[in-house]
Amino acid sequence: MTVATETTRGSGRFGSFGGRYVPETLVHALDELEAAYAAATSDPVFTAELDGLLADFVGRPTPLQRAPRLGDAAGHPAVYLKREDLNHTGAHKINNTLGQALLARRMGKRRIIAETGAGQHGVATATACALFDMECVVYMGQEDVERQALNVYRMELLGAEVRPVQSGTRTLKDATNEAIRDWVTNVESTHYIIGSVVGPDPFPRMVRDFQAVIGRETRAQILETEGRLPAAVVACVGGGSNAMGIFHAFVADREVDLVGVEAAGEGIDTGRHAASLAAGAPGVLHGSLSYLLQDADGQVAPAHSVSAGLDYPGVGPEHSFLKDTGRASYTSVTDAEALSAFHRLARLEGIIPALESAHAVAHVLRDGRRYEDRGPLVICLSGRGDKDVAHVARVEGLGPLI
Amino acid sequence: MTARSIAEAFGRRRREERSALIPYVTAGHPLPGHTAEILGGLAGAGADVIELGVPFSDPLADGPTIQRSSFRALQGGTTVHTVLDEVRAFRSGSDVPVVLFSYLNPLVRYGIDAFLADALAAGAQGLLVTDLPLGADPELEERIRTSDLDFIRLVAPTTNVERVARIAASSSGFLYYISRTGVTGARATLRESLAEEVREVRRASSIPVAVGFGISTPEQAAAVASLADGVVVGSALVRTLEEEGLEAGAVFVAALRRAMDGG
Repeated sequence: MTVATETTRGSGRFGSFGGRYVPETLVHALDELEAAYAAATSDPVFTAELDGLLADFVGRPTPLQRAPRLGDAAGHPAVYLKREDLNHTGAHKINNTLGQALLARRMGKRRIIAETGAGQHGVATATACALFDMECVVYMGQEDVERQALNVYRMELLGAEVRPVQSGTRTLKDATNEAIRDWVTNVESTHYIIGSVVGPDPFPRMVRDFQAVIGRETRAQILETEGRLPAAVVACVGGGSNAMGIFHAFVADREVDLVGVEAAGEGIDTGRHAASLAAGAPGVLHGSLSYLLQDADGQVAPAHSVSAGLDYPGVGPEHSFLKDTGRASYTSVTDAEALSAFHRLARLEGIIPALESAHAVAHVLRDGRRYEDRGPLVICLSGRGDKDVAHVARVEGLGPLI
Repeated sequence: MTARSIAEAFGRRRREERSALIPYVTAGHPLPGHTAEILGGLAGAGADVIELGVPFSDPLADGPTIQRSSFRALQGGTTVHTVLDEVRAFRSGSDVPVVLFSYLNPLVRYGIDAFLADALAAGAQGLLVTDLPLGADPELEERIRTSDLDFIRLVAPTTNVERVARIAASSSGFLYYISRTGVTGARATLRESLAEEVREVRRASSIPVAVGFGISTPEQAAAVASLADGVVVGSALVRTLEEEGLEAGAVFVAALRRAMDGG
């Protein structure tokens, strides 16, 4: 049975979530983008070019690797890692930026802008722009510029201009505001490559579709190896693009649990966290209606996570829909649990995960045995942890390494 | 006092063959608790309609000046409730219509029906929601459109003519034409194509058309007054209030009014 996640309430709605809550200036650009995207996805030349790049440039398909020592530690006999960390540039983000950059080229737009938190999406965007010889400007909160200095330098090496954002909380949310302001101003020459399944329609479904390759591969790989579907698929959720990417192919498989793991920061009850689905309420930010961390007056509340990529007060609207319909469940792990998982995966499997992905690993370490009798477990290892090594050393009191 | 309607405010100027002057200020800025007094000064200096901004934490359609004013207003404790209190206080002494200018989320959080009722009771005449373009949320738009507040909507240089007509048909009070693609903020020059664009929008609209975004000097206000039914001045006024104090706002608006009236 196919489960429709898009309803007839309007294009780009997931139940009541999503939509296109934007300044009038952007309406035409979104109409144009929607039409260009529809045309591109039904054009075999476009899909063949993207598939070719994903194979030769990114290195897809990524392995689905059994992780026996992690399984032992979690009390589960069959834990698998979907190795998105092995993609070129070190995370799943490149799947989306290549797709959108190809689309921008098709639309005749040579200037690209992006927002970035941890810097992974910024690096992936800068990489796509270098490949296609496009101008690239990346907005990044001042706080993230400081805690992710390595990625700032990587973007600059790739020819991008990184613009630090000083407004608001000086993190991903504010970088997104600034990218939208740039887009409103330069909309005729510029395409905005949003890095997650957030923003106005068609971004949430377009980014999901570009990331859906993760789940398609995973589903075929687990059927090949295990001869059955997994009991659960586990992924971290900030905006939620790696999670939607791996969930999408399994939404119709009702027996497969879809588990999103949010950042509980210092603990949900401290108020210092980024768990929009657990502790937020529906609201409008960055062009769509979704769960949102906000105060009683409808002002957006600052998020907190040790992981810059999860440090965002909103979440993709399709996740809100999957939560409310019960098709997916969402849990959270704290900074401390994620840091512990970061170390344990390194020692157990020889893989240093991104701090974002470490949240998914932490959930399996904590609750993996619950699935013991029901079949294999798959974790989306969305990125590698090289970018976080200096940050973790600092957080753990080892002082600055670089 | 009983407020004049927005239509009447435009009508009076039209009969004089002049344009309406529409200053914008952010509620709660530059100091909490002085907004009604500031609005009184603007009304006395010749404002025909006043746009009052409800501050939001993430003003993504605004440039640095209004971002800063929103941030300060929120730091000073401004909420939708205190904004409505200021409107009520202003209304006790003035009949100049007020348009509340807001992002959607604070209104949704307040409860849209409660907000529409309370804004009307406080003495507001219109509502403009920056991030609610035509067709974004038909049910919500209909609730605003059928309320007794005028529903002011934006038209951008990127809006095609057919859509302009549909926006105009679903608006009341006046249509707000954004003079350029971009965020709010003072600019040194106006675009050359503005006159033709405003003519086209006015042809497609049966209600008055005001022009805003980037108009910052008396000279620019006078130039736009010759094209449009109304002139909106925001960031330049917000900055004047911030840098030169509360009385300077009224002095600036009086200068805009004089320039628009031909000297």
